[in-house]
Formats: sequence, structure tokens, C-alpha cells
Amino acid sequence: MATALAAPVDTTIEDPTQRAPLVTGEHDYQSVTDAIYSISDRKTPRAWYIAFAVSSSATLIFFALIGYLIYRGVGVWGNNNPVFWGWPIVNFVFWVGIGHAGTLISAILFLFRQNWRTSVNRFAEAMTIFAVVCAGIFPGIHVGRVWFAYWLAPYPATRLDMWPNFRSPLLWDVFAVSTYATVSLLFWYMGMIPDLATFRDRSKSRIKQFIYGVFALGWTGSARHWSRYEKAYMLLAALATPLVLSVHTVVSFDFAVAQLPGWHATIFPPYFVAGAVFSGFAMVITLMVPARKWFGLKDFVTLRHLENMCKVILATGSMVGFAYAIEFFIAWYGGNPYEGFAFINRAFGPYAWAYWTMVSCNVIAPQFFWSKKVRTTPWMMFIICIFVNIGMWFERFVITVTSLSRDFLPSSWAYFKPTAIDMAMFACSFGLFFTLFLLFCRYLPIVAMAEVKSVMPVPEEKQTGDAQA
Amino acid sequence: MSATLLEPETTQQDVSDESSGSVCGVLAEFAGPKQLLRAAEMVRDAGYRKTDAFSPFPIHGMDDALGIKPTILPVIVLVVGLTGCAGGLLMQWWMNAVDYPFLISGKPLFSLPANIPVTFEIIVLTSAFATFLGMLGLNGLPKPASPLLEQERFRGVTDNKFFLYVDAADPKFEEQDVVDLFHRAGATWVDDVPNSKSSAKIPGAIKMGLVALLALALVPPAMIYRARHTTSEKPRIDFFSDMDSQARPSAQQSTDLFADGRAMRPQIAGTIAVGDFYEDDAFFLGYIPGDEDENGETVAAAESATDAAPGAPAAAAVNEPNYVSEFPVEVTESLMYRGQMQFNIYCAPCHGLAGQGDGLVSLRAMELQQPTWVPPTNLTSPPVIAQPVGKIYDTITNGRRKMSGYAAQIPPEDRWAIVLYVRALQKSQRATLDEIPEDKAAVLKNQK
Repeated sequence: MATALAAPVDTTIEDPTQRAPLVTGEHDYQSVTDAIYSISDRKTPRAWYIAFAVSSSATLIFFALIGYLIYRGVGVWGNNNPVFWGWPIVNFVFWVGIGHAGTLISAILFLFRQNWRTSVNRFAEAMTIFAVVCAGIFPGIHVGRVWFAYWLAPYPATRLDMWPNFRSPLLWDVFAVSTYATVSLLFWYMGMIPDLATFRDRSKSRIKQFIYGVFALGWTGSARHWSRYEKAYMLLAALATPLVLSVHTVVSFDFAVAQLPGWHATIFPPYFVAGAVFSGFAMVITLMVPARKWFGLKDFVTLRHLENMCKVILATGSMVGFAYAIEFFIAWYGGNPYEGFAFINRAFGPYAWAYWTMVSCNVIAPQFFWSKKVRTTPWMMFIICIFVNIGMWFERFVITVTSLSRDFLPSSWAYFKPTAIDMAMFACSFGLFFTLFLLFCRYLPIVAMAEVKSVMPVPEEKQTGDAQA
Repeated sequence: MSATLLEPETTQQDVSDESSGSVCGVLAEFAGPKQLLRAAEMVRDAGYRKTDAFSPFPIHGMDDALGIKPTILPVIVLVVGLTGCAGGLLMQWWMNAVDYPFLISGKPLFSLPANIPVTFEIIVLTSAFATFLGMLGLNGLPKPASPLLEQERFRGVTDNKFFLYVDAADPKFEEQDVVDLFHRAGATWVDDVPNSKSSAKIPGAIKMGLVALLALALVPPAMIYRARHTTSEKPRIDFFSDMDSQARPSAQQSTDLFADGRAMRPQIAGTIAVGDFYEDDAFFLGYIPGDEDENGETVAAAESATDAAPGAPAAAAVNEPNYVSEFPVEVTESLMYRGQMQFNIYCAPCHGLAGQGDGLVSLRAMELQQPTWVPPTNLTSPPVIAQPVGKIYDTITNGRRKMSGYAAQIPPEDRWAIVLYVRALQKSQRATLDEIPEDKAAVLKNQK
């Protein structure tokens, strides 16, 4: 085994007689800690500063634009009769969708004992939380009078003397997204406690020791603590699994419960969930391919990890493709002329360009993953995943805008045009996402060290020798 | 420690003084997870209970090896989750069906399917918090300080080191025995852990800071409470003005929006405002605008402004519009009663209940000798009797002399009702006995 590890291992080979190692390279426990801790400990690279300057400037512009929006009102957006749900809702659904991969990887793959998740789950969970942060902003500022957004919460309003309507999908959405954000954050943080303790114990600076120490909560790696911790982790995974499936289901209810042709479809919940997993995994790969190169994580995030994620993308992308087809079938089979029109208009009407962009990016692009060469070549999968990200944004655009722009009253039909503010806000929301991400990469353990250590192959003699040295 | 136990008289202060210098347990390092597991089993079999193992990651089988009992965390989560479920359902039922019933499209005020999503989210949220906080609580975390973490060597436990520990509080604890046991178990390093030199308590400065922060956090809610429960003469502060003050011109203001600079917009030529469409002239005006004058309406208005004495009908006859002399409404008994009621409300204060110009307002004005007071007309006098009904209607509508028009207060139907009642009053003052119906005449005769 030790000799096998010495040679570079091709983890993508399917050999039924032997499990492919989850971590390559000659790693022992300490070298894992060193590899991950050094990412945070070494001198901040200039590239990080440049990236952070760009993304944090974009974030500032984003907040300035939000301020402008609150000052001027929602008229600064392109939302207008009949498309009152324009880009803000498209962006919301897009970001929430991306935020699905993290918890799916951490919770569902954990319950299925997919140990390969350990190398990517921290990274994906962070991505989830940052995406949900971006997602939460858009409906928040879309309510018009932002300063009354707290009316959505069922708090005892002495002046309002009324309660929210719990039978409205929009309120379900508030509960679903905020619960998802909270539980994802708990899950992420709880998973990080042992690694924060590692950082606390490794860091030399007093300030770092104090800050990591506060967040590590005095973790000592006690077996009694581990016992309860593992149980708690399992319980959280079990709770997060239905939650992750419920979030996009509830988001889809925002549309499906309405009467509008093109929205009123029973296929929406599963189709939205598949699309969310699809876009989330695409974003994980988009971020992971450069990150594993820059941060030297190739031993932990092996090609096999990437290949597995590509397979998930292929599967969910095909599901999404089937869903598109079924939508058309139901529109014809249902015999409702309005629904029929909505779908013909979608594919051949004024928004045909958006529809076919969506189909080519979401249905055709992932089919390249049938080839093992593409599945195991990082730059190829990176390009395909960029296309998937674009396609999934267009999917939400097509659903939201094409359906609304041709509503029941032909006299109010109009072509939706976004404003420059719309575009700048969407572009700058990436700034917020990447700012948070860069901070995460710089200051927090980006790979779950404790989990990797528990699944990695460590030769007996090596660990003994190391400990005696 | 044992010395202290033998002397029950020793004060509390002495105990802490003595124990602070002594050990709080023995720690041993092992080469790897397998060795640690074996050693843990040996320590368990030796009968030690207050033991613990430390490792960078969870080691499977360690629960058995150390004799750790299964945690009750799942039970806590189940209880909290069920409570969340019941609480969530109860909250939605109470808020939407009891305290503020939302009736939407005739759907039931409370039904399971519509309330499942929020209930589900509440279950997950409460259970997740129960899991996380329950785990921390059962583990005694957060723990600001530990004697173990003060050991430089022990800090490798979160990296690649494996430790076993027996606490001095264990009833079987004898330092030398434990050290020997650890060596037999194959420990690579054994040492005792001195009691913590630093206090586990939160430093006073941080405590004070937290208290100050808490006190400061109470200021904004207190200010909101005060603002909501007191009155002030100063203008209100609007952080967001919402619809309180809107950008709109007031009456008579000028504006740049229109070429004529007027904010109030005149009626567009050839249009009629909603509610201003009066098709039936006889009914709405009381006269038929027509040939005898180019502008009947202007004549009527001018006429109302002239100060013709009430007793001089001849002078007015020159420019009289074509007043209707027949009621344009159906004369019924109910109209008469309606007229009486309206007359008593609007006319009687000046004209008197019998219409003779002796209303209370007039009497009082004359008593005070108001110089500008013009006594109201006696409605039962011959000049008024001679007027056609249309003219009386026009008088009520547009006013005469000091009397202003009542068009704004009294709708046309009621004005006609008043005219009818005025006619009745006139009749009541001058009717002959023949004009009274037989049965009523008999009653009158009896009264005489």
C-alpha cells in the first residue's frame, strides 16, 4: 500500500477489486493539516489582493445601487406592466439554485456514506451560504418598501394588528429560504468547529489564537465530545436532507401555485430541484477547478472527485432536459389553449433567443460529460460548467419573463427590457459572492481536515514512525 | 489530595489552595488511533470511569472502548421537533383562523395542506437548533479554558496526536498506578496535568464590556417605546415618508408641468365631468333654457344676484327665464313627508316651521339688532305664491339675496320635495273650507 501511494495514482480508473483512494500523495495526518493550514497562514498572495479589490469594489457598487434603489424606488428596474417580476426574481431563483449543491453534498452524500464528499463539502457549503446571502437580498429589495420587509415575520405587531397569510407561497418562501440559510450556516459552522480548533492550535499570532479560539468554543477533540458531535452531525444531515429538497420546491410554488400559463405546472417542484442541483454542482466545479490549482488541493480534490461531480451534472442536466420536453408535452396533452400558446410563444415567440440559449446551455452542453476525457479534464469541465451557469440563469429568465410578458390580457402584452441598473445589480451580486468567498479561502479551513483524516489511507508504519520521531 | 481528605476540618480556602498546586489528571500520548483504542480498552478494564480520549478525528469503536453511553441528543431533538411541529401548527391556526381570520376565495381558514410548508420549516429550524445547541450543551461547550489546552504538547491533538487521560477525580485514581498502566499500554509519552494556572472565568473587563453592550442594546427599543407612547408638539420625523407627504401641487398653485402654468386643470372643452351630466333641464334647473335669452343660466344667476325686493315681482319679470310651472317629479304623499323633513332641517331655522319668515335664527338676529340682517321672506305671502314652482326650486338651488344656494347640500329630488312642501304651507295658510276634503273639514269644524 505504501509503495502504491508513492507513485502518482490515477483515481479515475474503475477497478472493482480496489477502492480508489480519496486522498492521493504521500499524506499523513500532519501533512494534511500543513497543507490546509498553510493556505491561510502563508503571506497573502498578490493575486488575492487584486481579486479582493475587484470583488469588494463590486460589492460596494452593489450596496450603492441598493441604496439608490431604495431612494428612487423600484422604477429604476425594468419591471413594468405586465412583467412585474423581472430580473430581481430571476436573480433570486438563480442564486438560491446555486445554493443547493453545498447542503446536498454535505447532507445527502453524508447519509449515503459517499466519503468522497469530505474533500469538497466545506467548500461547497461555504458556496451555498454565500449564494443564499446573494439570493436573500433580491426578494428583500424587491418588496418595494424595504423598510417594511419585517412585516413578513409573524411578530406581534401592535400597530398593524394583523398577521401574515400563512397560506401564501410567498410567505412559505420566506420561511423556506431563511430556514435554509440558518440551517446551512449551523451545519457549516458545526462541521468547522474541529478545524477551527486546529487553526487555533496551529496559529502563532495571539490575535488569531484568540479569534479562532472563540469560534472553536474550546474544542479539545475529546472522545466523549466526538461521540455527541457525530450524532449531532448525523441528525443535522438528516434534517438538512428534506430541507434541501424543500427549498426549491417552495420556490417553485411561487410560480406553480399562480394561475399564469407557463407557471401553473405540477412538474415544477421536482424540475426546480433537479435544476438547482444541476446549477449548484456547476458552480462548485466552476470554483473548484481554479481553487484546487491555486491552493494546491490536487491531492484532496482529485480528478475522481471532479468526475463524480460531472456525473451528477450529467444526470441532473438530463433530468432538466426531460422536464423541458414534458412541459411541452403537457401543454399539448392538457388541451388548454392558453398553456399551449404560452409554450409555443416561449420557443418561437419574441423570447425564442433566450429559450434556445437555455436549451443549448442546459441540455446540450452537459451531454459532453458522457465522454470520460471531458469528465477528467479540468479546463473542459470548467467551460461546460460556465455554460451551465449561463443556461440556468436563462432558465429562470425564460420561466419568469416569457410567461408574464404574455398574460391573459393581450392589450397589456409588452416586451421586457432590463435597465442598466438591473444588469449592474446582477453583475455586482457576483462581487458580494466572491468577496465572501475570498475571505473564506483566506481565513477559514477550506477543506474539512478532521473528516479527511478519518477517511484517508494512512500506512501503519508511517504514522507510527512519525509519532515516535 | 489524600492528605486533604483525611482532614475534614480543613477550610474551603485551604482545599483550593492545596489543589491548585496538585495534578488534575494524567495524560498519555499514543502513536495512532489503533494504539489509542487498545489503551482505552485497558484503562476501561482497569475500572477507571473518569477517563477521556483525545484525537484529531472521531475514532470508530472508541465509544465502546471507553464505555461511553449513547447520548440522549436524539431524544432532545425529537421532543423539540415535535414541539416545533405543534407550535407551528398552533401558531398558524391561531393567527390566520382565530386572531385575524383571513378569508381568501372562500377557502377554509385552517387546513393542513396549505399550512404544511411553514410547519415543516419550523420543525426543521427548531430541530436544527436543538441539535446544535444540544450538542454544545451536553458537551459543556463553549469552554473558555481547559488545563489540557495549556499543555504545549496537547495542542497537537487537533493535528496528528492521540491522547488518553484519566482525571484525578476518578475514585480509583492513584497517580503512579495510572502512569504505570499507560506505560504498559504502550504510551509514547506520559505526564501529569497540573491544575490550571489561569482562571476559567471570563475576565472582568470583557464581562463589563458585555454588560455595557447589553445596556446599550436596550437604548434603541426604549427610544422606540417612548416615541410610540408619548406625544410631541414637534413635527414628526419621517425616516421613510411613505405616502405621508407626496409630491403633488395644492389648489391654486402654479406648476411648470402645463403651458398655462396652472396646477388645477380646467375642464376640457366639450367634456362633462363624471356626475355632472344633467340631461333633464326641468328637473335639474327648474327652468327650460331657451329662446327668450341667449344664456338662460347666466340670466338666472344674474337674477339671483339682483336685489329685487321680494314684494316686487313685476320688475323681475323682465328677464325671467322660462320657469317650469308643473312639478317635473311625481307628486306623492311620501314626497310630501320627505319635503317636510328636509324643510324642517334646512329651511325652518330661518323661514320658520310654518314658512312665515319667523325662524329662530331670524328672531335672534333681530333681537340683537344685527345691521346687515335681511329678514327672510315669508314663503306664504302672495308674491311667493305667485311664483312658479321652477322659480322656488331655482331659489333653493342658487339662493336669493343673503340666502346662499343649497345645491351642494340638498340633492335635486329633495329640493323638489321642499318646493312641494312650501306649496303645501302656502295652501295651509289661505285655503278655503271648500278646498279641504270632507272628512278633514269635519275635524276642523269640530275643533272650532
